[in-house]
Amino acid sequence: MGIRFVLMVNKQGQTRLAQYYEYLTLEERRTLEGEIVRKCLARNEQQCSFVEHRTYKIVYRRYASLFFLVGVDNEENELAILEFIHLLVETMDRHFGNVCELDIMFHLEKAHFMLEEMVMNGCVVETSKANILAPIQLMDKTS
Amino acid sequence: MGSQGGFGQSKEFLDLVKSIGEARSKSEEDRIVLREIETLKRRINEPDIPKRKMKEYIIRLVYIEMLGHDASFGYIHAVKMTHDDSLLLKRTGYLAVTLFLNEDHDLIILIVNTIQKDLKSDNYLVVSAALNACCKLINEETIPAVIQQVVELLGHPKEGVRKKAVMALHSFHQRSPSSVNHLISNFRKRLSDNDPGVMGATLFPLYDLITIDVNSYKDLVASFVNILKQVAERRLPKTYDYHQTPAPFIQIKLLKILSLLGSGDKKSSEQMYTVIGDIMRKSDTSSNIGNAILYECICCISSIQPSPKLLETAADAIANFLKSDSHNLKYMGIDALGRLIRISPDIAEQHQLAVIDCLEDPDDTLKRKTFELLYKMTKSSNVEVIVDRMIDYMISINDNHYKTETASRCVELAEQFAPSNHWFIQTMNKVFQHAGDLVNPKVAHNLMRLIAEGFGEDDDTADSQLRLSAVESYLKIVDEPKLPSAFLQVICWVLGEYGTADGKYSASYISGKLCDVAEAHSSDDIVKGYAVTALMKVYCFEKAAGRKMSLLPECQSLLDELSASHSSDLQQRAYEFRAVLDLDVNAIENIMPLDASCEDIEIDKSLSFLNDYVQKSFEQGAEPYIPENERSGTLNISSIRNHNSYEHSTHSLRFEAYDVPKPVVPTKLPPAVAYPTDLVPVTVNVTEPSYQPSSVQPTWPLVPVSDAGSGSGSTELKLRLDGVQKKWGKPTYSSGASSSTSNFESHTTMDNGARQPDTVMSKSLPRESKQSHAEVSEEKQKLAASLFGGATSRSERKQSGGAAGHSKVSRTTNHGEDKVRPATVTVTTAVQPPPPDLLDLGESAGDTSSYSSTVDPFQQLEGLLDLNQDNAAATSNAPDLMSSLYSDADTNGSLNQNPNPMNGSVNPSKKTASLTKGPSLKDALDKDALVRQMGVNPTSQNPNLFSDLLG
Repeated sequence: MGIRFVLMVNKQGQTRLAQYYEYLTLEERRTLEGEIVRKCLARNEQQCSFVEHRTYKIVYRRYASLFFLVGVDNEENELAILEFIHLLVETMDRHFGNVCELDIMFHLEKAHFMLEEMVMNGCVVETSKANILAPIQLMDKTS
Repeated sequence: MGSQGGFGQSKEFLDLVKSIGEARSKSEEDRIVLREIETLKRRINEPDIPKRKMKEYIIRLVYIEMLGHDASFGYIHAVKMTHDDSLLLKRTGYLAVTLFLNEDHDLIILIVNTIQKDLKSDNYLVVSAALNACCKLINEETIPAVIQQVVELLGHPKEGVRKKAVMALHSFHQRSPSSVNHLISNFRKRLSDNDPGVMGATLFPLYDLITIDVNSYKDLVASFVNILKQVAERRLPKTYDYHQTPAPFIQIKLLKILSLLGSGDKKSSEQMYTVIGDIMRKSDTSSNIGNAILYECICCISSIQPSPKLLETAADAIANFLKSDSHNLKYMGIDALGRLIRISPDIAEQHQLAVIDCLEDPDDTLKRKTFELLYKMTKSSNVEVIVDRMIDYMISINDNHYKTETASRCVELAEQFAPSNHWFIQTMNKVFQHAGDLVNPKVAHNLMRLIAEGFGEDDDTADSQLRLSAVESYLKIVDEPKLPSAFLQVICWVLGEYGTADGKYSASYISGKLCDVAEAHSSDDIVKGYAVTALMKVYCFEKAAGRKMSLLPECQSLLDELSASHSSDLQQRAYEFRAVLDLDVNAIENIMPLDASCEDIEIDKSLSFLNDYVQKSFEQGAEPYIPENERSGTLNISSIRNHNSYEHSTHSLRFEAYDVPKPVVPTKLPPAVAYPTDLVPVTVNVTEPSYQPSSVQPTWPLVPVSDAGSGSGSTELKLRLDGVQKKWGKPTYSSGASSSTSNFESHTTMDNGARQPDTVMSKSLPRESKQSHAEVSEEKQKLAASLFGGATSRSERKQSGGAAGHSKVSRTTNHGEDKVRPATVTVTTAVQPPPPDLLDLGESAGDTSSYSSTVDPFQQLEGLLDLNQDNAAATSNAPDLMSSLYSDADTNGSLNQNPNPMNGSVNPSKKTASLTKGPSLKDALDKDALVRQMGVNPTSQNPNLFSDLLG
């Protein structure tokens, strides 16, 4: 399965984007997010960017005020996921221009669309920024 | 674009986002969302809502669910939106539906039709959106409705569609392999697709298929190797490069596939050696992504048929990981080491000090990973050190999940490698004391069995010493508060069985202790049951030995209490005890033989001793017995229950589901020790000392202890054992909720404010310790020697060797730092001038300055990521890609009328990539101004909303 969820959470622990690749109920998601955020936010930057939680391995990375947390299963290459996060941020940055938390909040659906282009069934299927953004830009134009 | 506000969104929406963004606490956020739910419930059902407005409502629903509240009242509107003609609205509808619904939701049936229609659309973006939805919403039952169309789309002219079709098929295969089994040849076909994206996507289903059945795909080894070679040689389009590394994600997936295919297959493995070697040589060890590939290579090397040359390269790479200052790389190094030591066990030795550093690191993730490594390299010479460390760690953590895991590992290692009985008992005591309720109940049985049987040697004195040491240690512990139930059960059983055996402790002393246990744990019926049975044994042994023993007053009152207990089990025990009190010595010796828990109890299944009685009854005209399942009419419960375990009833229908196949429990036992592998042996001839003695003791006239009958699988015995098993199986696991909160508390002490000094300290410490290594490391060396050394005679040599190795290590590390630092500095200074474009992970200038002064290795790596080049490369490719994209779009309808704005926005960044990364600085400023106009500004409550993520 690979990636099991992608979360964006700010420093206050507020969720800014959540995408799950396996179904969890609202309650399960809320509990899981709370636990993970507490664990990751308590860590300092010296420590590993990986945290084990229940059956997940969380790979996280912080950009300014926003934490990107990706839950993966045991088989996944942690360093590669770390770079996947960076690629996602770079892609958003290319689209929004100096992307900030507010961009994601105002354009939640677009951030989701980018993620949809990059990840399907929990697998990273697209890493070319041009390919990721093309459908989104076309949609911008037609609407 | 809309006219109400910026971004085509209404003022209302902007206000909502703003208030959520500025919410100070979760409760404030909840208030906002609850208010929003009320508003939306009213609004969303109004007639004639403009489509654009509806889209906004849908996004607001997404917000509500994202922030943890139920938005099911609006699901139907999201479903409706998927029918819309506008691509943006349709895709938003699909997005919302995939976020809200799982594949089994009732509303899905309303979407399947839309998906079918959209899959046929001649707008490829509509098809793509529908394929995205397929991956998440189509379940086993609805697969047939769309599968034909999805398969046809595998040949779509647009590569993006082909890719998504592959992934849709992949998701069908994950959900229901049988429904797509006839189509899996398509994945092979698409592997040779001339678009790298499609090829890359097929790797995922192929990986799954190969995991299931490796042998059917051996013919693809050459193809995979060839593709990997081409990727590594940069034959793919530049757009797939990530920070100058060619298609790293495809490389990693290919390596994963190769490691499956090459496992235990010399011929296949040999085909891979060259390409893996090449990739390792070429990989860029200064970037995360280069190291990710390197790590994957190591995994592959340790999985395929070993090649000495590659093993050497892998060992070098691991050494570099472990030497690194980055915790991430150390973590990967430890993990890789754990994989490689399976093939070359000696490799761990040269890294012993690095491993110990990781073990003592305050970072829990690293520590845990290192314990995993130690677990893999445990042998009889180092088991004591490792298990001691593991127990200390187990005690220190609060997370039940990992406590359980660590505890069972301790038990496993102790059972496997225990150097002495005494150590084993001590170790088990510690494990039980701190995690008794978390470990598998089987462990408790094993422990009791071990104490009863000894280590299997024919040495009675050793056995009795073992028992004595167990009894002594339990008497010491038993008064401690909060002992786990499972541990108390063991204690009671052992005290009852062996408490007075040695004559060291008097019967009244032991009985007193047992009564204390029963009293102190009055809410635990199982423990009370064990205690009262133990009391009975103590009394019986005493009486059998001819000593006069009067019942202690507290024992008497315990019996009184239990005789009136709500638990019928406890009542029975109490009454049995009472009955036993009245028996004479002879009878007692028979029903409670001393130290007989290991004696075989043979049960006459055919109850032949009753033959006379039956015969007499027949003669008096009694009806012969017909087994229940042979009687006419329906089966009754008991016969159904027997189905699982008894062959004789196989002729009747099975009403129960078949058992889930249980994983084979590895029983890694030293030959000398015979542990039971089953909780309750099914054959009667094996005595199970660990189940409730009272249920075995022949207080029931029907089951004489020493009846010489044969046969196994007695129904009667089985049923009673079931009862026992149930007792053990009662929920002794405590829920994780409480501990996770306490976990949180312990973590919160490291709040954000403390981070900075912390970083500085931990940064300066290792360097100091490196310099004063000779003195400091003595203890570590000792630890290293005990962990890694084999025999003691060899450890001396190794110790010195290790020290020498380490000093070399530290020298090279310093050297490495010297090399790295100037590079970082230049990068930083080169990138610094344009203020918004710093890779700034901190929030303020203060953070940045401390970052450069402390030279955080994690950020060093960040600094080395060369954004400029990547952007330049990507943007230079952009025009022709765009043009091809647009030409397609034109053929697909008038989607695109004005390609200029985008090209215009890309171009400025082309040459001055270091200045702007986005479409343009102007755009960003416009955006900023717009947002400020709306009243969201950096000086408002949450300035973080504005900070650039990429700094």
